[in-house]
Amino acid sequence: METQAFQKIYTRLTQITKATCTVEADNVGYDELATVAGRLAQVVKINGKSITLQVFGGTENIPSNAEVVFMGQPPTLKVSEDLAGRFFNAFGKPIDGGPEVEGEEREIGGPSVNPVRRKQPSELIATGIAGIDLNNTLVTGQKIPFFADPDQPYNQVMAMVALRAKSDKIILGGMGLTNDDYLYYKNVFNNAGALDRIVSFVSTTEDPPVERLLIPDMALTAAEYFAVDKNESVLVLLTDMTLYADALSIVSNRMDQIPSKDSMPGSLYSDLAKIYEKAVQFPNGGSITIIAVTTLSGGDITHAIPDNTGYITEGQLFLRKDTEIGKVIVDPFRSLSRLKQLVIGEKTREDHPQVMNTAVRLYADAANAHTKLENGFDLSDYDERTLNFAKQYSEKLLAIDVNIDIETMLNTGWELFSSNFTPAEVGIKQELVDKYWPKK
Amino acid sequence: MKDEKKQTKGKVLSIVANLVVVDVDGPVAQNEICYIKLGNVELMSEVIKYANKRAFIQVFESTRGLKVGTEVVFTQAMLEVTLGPGILSKNFDGLQHDLDKMEGIFLKRGDYTDPLDYDIEWEYTPLATVGDTVEAGSWLGQVNENGQPHKIMVPFKFEGSYKIKKLTPKGSYKVDETMAVLTDSNGNDINVTMVQKWPVKVPIKTYKEKPRPYKLLETGVRTIDTLNPIVEGGTGFIPGPFGSGKTVLQHAISKQAEADIVIVAACGERANEVVEIFTEFPEIDDPHTGRKLMERTIIIANTSNMPVAAREASVYTAMTLGEYYRAMGLKVMLLADSTSRWAQALREMSNRMEELPGPDAFPMDLPAIISSFYARAGYVILNNGETGSITFIGTVSPAGGNLKEPVTESTKKVARCFYALSQQRADSKRYPAIDPIDSYSKYLEYPELQEYIITRTDGEWMNKVALLKNILLLGKEAYEQMNILGDDGVPISYHLNFWKSEVIDFVILQQDAFDAVDASTPMERQRILVEKVLEVYHMDFNFESFEEVNPYFKRVINAFKQMNYSEFNSDEYKKYESEIKSIIEERKVS
Repeated sequence: METQAFQKIYTRLTQITKATCTVEADNVGYDELATVAGRLAQVVKINGKSITLQVFGGTENIPSNAEVVFMGQPPTLKVSEDLAGRFFNAFGKPIDGGPEVEGEEREIGGPSVNPVRRKQPSELIATGIAGIDLNNTLVTGQKIPFFADPDQPYNQVMAMVALRAKSDKIILGGMGLTNDDYLYYKNVFNNAGALDRIVSFVSTTEDPPVERLLIPDMALTAAEYFAVDKNESVLVLLTDMTLYADALSIVSNRMDQIPSKDSMPGSLYSDLAKIYEKAVQFPNGGSITIIAVTTLSGGDITHAIPDNTGYITEGQLFLRKDTEIGKVIVDPFRSLSRLKQLVIGEKTREDHPQVMNTAVRLYADAANAHTKLENGFDLSDYDERTLNFAKQYSEKLLAIDVNIDIETMLNTGWELFSSNFTPAEVGIKQELVDKYWPKK
Repeated sequence: MKDEKKQTKGKVLSIVANLVVVDVDGPVAQNEICYIKLGNVELMSEVIKYANKRAFIQVFESTRGLKVGTEVVFTQAMLEVTLGPGILSKNFDGLQHDLDKMEGIFLKRGDYTDPLDYDIEWEYTPLATVGDTVEAGSWLGQVNENGQPHKIMVPFKFEGSYKIKKLTPKGSYKVDETMAVLTDSNGNDINVTMVQKWPVKVPIKTYKEKPRPYKLLETGVRTIDTLNPIVEGGTGFIPGPFGSGKTVLQHAISKQAEADIVIVAACGERANEVVEIFTEFPEIDDPHTGRKLMERTIIIANTSNMPVAAREASVYTAMTLGEYYRAMGLKVMLLADSTSRWAQALREMSNRMEELPGPDAFPMDLPAIISSFYARAGYVILNNGETGSITFIGTVSPAGGNLKEPVTESTKKVARCFYALSQQRADSKRYPAIDPIDSYSKYLEYPELQEYIITRTDGEWMNKVALLKNILLLGKEAYEQMNILGDDGVPISYHLNFWKSEVIDFVILQQDAFDAVDASTPMERQRILVEKVLEVYHMDFNFESFEEVNPYFKRVINAFKQMNYSEFNSDEYKKYESEIKSIIEERKVS
């Protein structure tokens, strides 16, 4: 971003904090972009002549007479087909050594879709993972995060889901990714030969934290270009939204705002909703699906970040290590896909809803039996059978290394019911039992 | 209301997100609406504070690009809704702008569309006669709005009494035509059209009295109707952690409840949930009118990504539209999902104004705001003796699922029905996840309701409901004992207590909202179901060991569930009915 001749340069900073600085200036628009000593910054508060800027690159070594230049517009991204296959930083500048992308310049963080112009999501996204496809089916236009502790392989699972989902474009928004994870994604996409349909915006842990605030808007502006202008189905991966929220709290803290729960800004819900609600299904076929990662601290979902996220997103996928089988599974109790009702039994076989619910209920019975076992009580015959069922269910369906189609998942479900229980114990609608209960 | 005073103008002084401070050159009123002239668009805003010739305004739009010195024009009016025929079946934003009239895929700032259509003609029939003395809210005539008798009333803003000088005869007219000429006490003539305006933050009080509500409002949801019923004109709230089924439950109530008008305020919630209503309601046959459900529904959509200040306005807009239809003698069902988002919007603004925060950084007056809002619902007797009602059910999204937070606690003080959604029930897929023991309906204590409800069920109904609740409690105790002492450490009677409560849980409480038959159960069928379930309870069973109890009751439950899935009194239904009988006979103590 070069300084242009007519632009006025201000050099009187009245305040510098770790994330923001304040300068005296005239004729500045809210949300406008600026540079402070060459670093990008955005207007977050105007009080008369006093303009407060959040400096994305951090304020280290910024002098009180630093040159401040206002750009006259909010942050933008140049969009065109040439975005595909490229890697960018938080400001939309290439980091893969390639040339700048030419195209139409669009403001990021633009307006919302009119709800009456949306279409109800109805296209199933098959991932081959039964913990997702069978129990928590994903649909285009959905927004759903993985809730996972930092030690769980969420980046791997997300990369797997992204590659198996049949979307036209995959857009990776990496916030505070370690350099190793960034290279991992790059490698996986490269090896799968999918690089030409992937666009990445990455701010690694080596970059200043406030930069992360731009990543989701950049990624989603690119997504809207492909979904609206090109009618493509776009999958957006956002990892890790907890680090995004942390950056929000840094800025609000420096602006002396009163924190609400868990030191998060009072506007956290609206801030997160603005991002997640970009997920949409358009009537003409284009769609934006968002799969995000929210890392938890010790599985605590009552913390303000996962809690607000849960109220915004259409469900959540919970990863957990099952010690019985020694594998990571998609937890059937705490995971939920709210949009599954739109496709299961409609786009999939009629018995899908009941097989899904029954298996989870029996798995819950097994959990009760397990508690009894731990408390040193005798198990009934039924308890023994539920435990046996739970182990097979975990192994054959819930584990994240499963890769089968949905029909096979359903058949496996019936297989497990019939080898462990009687039809009455299973309690499924009779006409489905007549049709699908495996004949001995 | 408007006088010839000079219009107040101002200039923008400071901006933080959607809070803007304006230097004004004249008087402004709290809650007055003003417009910021940003280029060629006008941004609608509301005054929320005034200090030292400075108006603090909340902008209902994004303030991107706004500069110091921009002109602001004040309107001398509060935020108002436009009332008249043609509101039903519309999709509005939080400020009552018609979403369908807006162009383009994306919402544009300052795109303010009119809520009514001025070129449609309505079939009008006068109800009053020339010479009648009338007052605000008196019915002058009526039009047919999608099958509902939409009354044309003396505007609510009219004070004192008037004489009807002229009435437009039966015929078809557009909304802005003069329907009556009224003469006030000073002899001035005033023309009245079908359209009037009313400020959303002021309750419409054109009724004679507001008695205690007593008429059972059937929702078809068994755990509500049977155990904790809500009444016509009652208030209730549904708190629950995310994923516990708040929205599914609200949608079920809005589809099934016996009401003339359904208003859904999607307040700061997911856009796809609103789309679900847009998509489904026009398809759902309405048993009450024989038309489609959408035709008597109004949707106020302020989804979570829409401007936060308009979120606060959206619930008031919805309530005011409800009061308008109530004044016509109609039964209105108003649902707001979720009131927590509204409270959060208040918190965001209070935070930006740097007010001293109350608990969890919410504004100090939150309990007062919530209680005066719930107070606007209710059952009323109009001045002409007719009755109307607004039944209000709000959802609350408690942070972290913890019910000890300000919004839940403030709501609990005012709402009469409490439907607590339990995470535990949701985890084990026991839907609807309303906790039968923690939830309550204060209306059950009303003698008026008790008298009314037995006319719809039977004379013993209140005892039966109490018994059901007691069985559930006993079952819970038995379950706890069994967990402590082990299955074989307790007498068989504990197992029986537990399983009898499980029968109630699986057969009455749990209900499949996605099954065509099970989704809604009429009161008569609920009465019969309760009778049958209590038959099981009163039975003396013969068991040798506790291990026989579990499989036996699983069969009982399975047969009942199959019956619930069957069309009432169909052959299927009767088949399972007799199956239940024979299963019971097996173990009966002879």
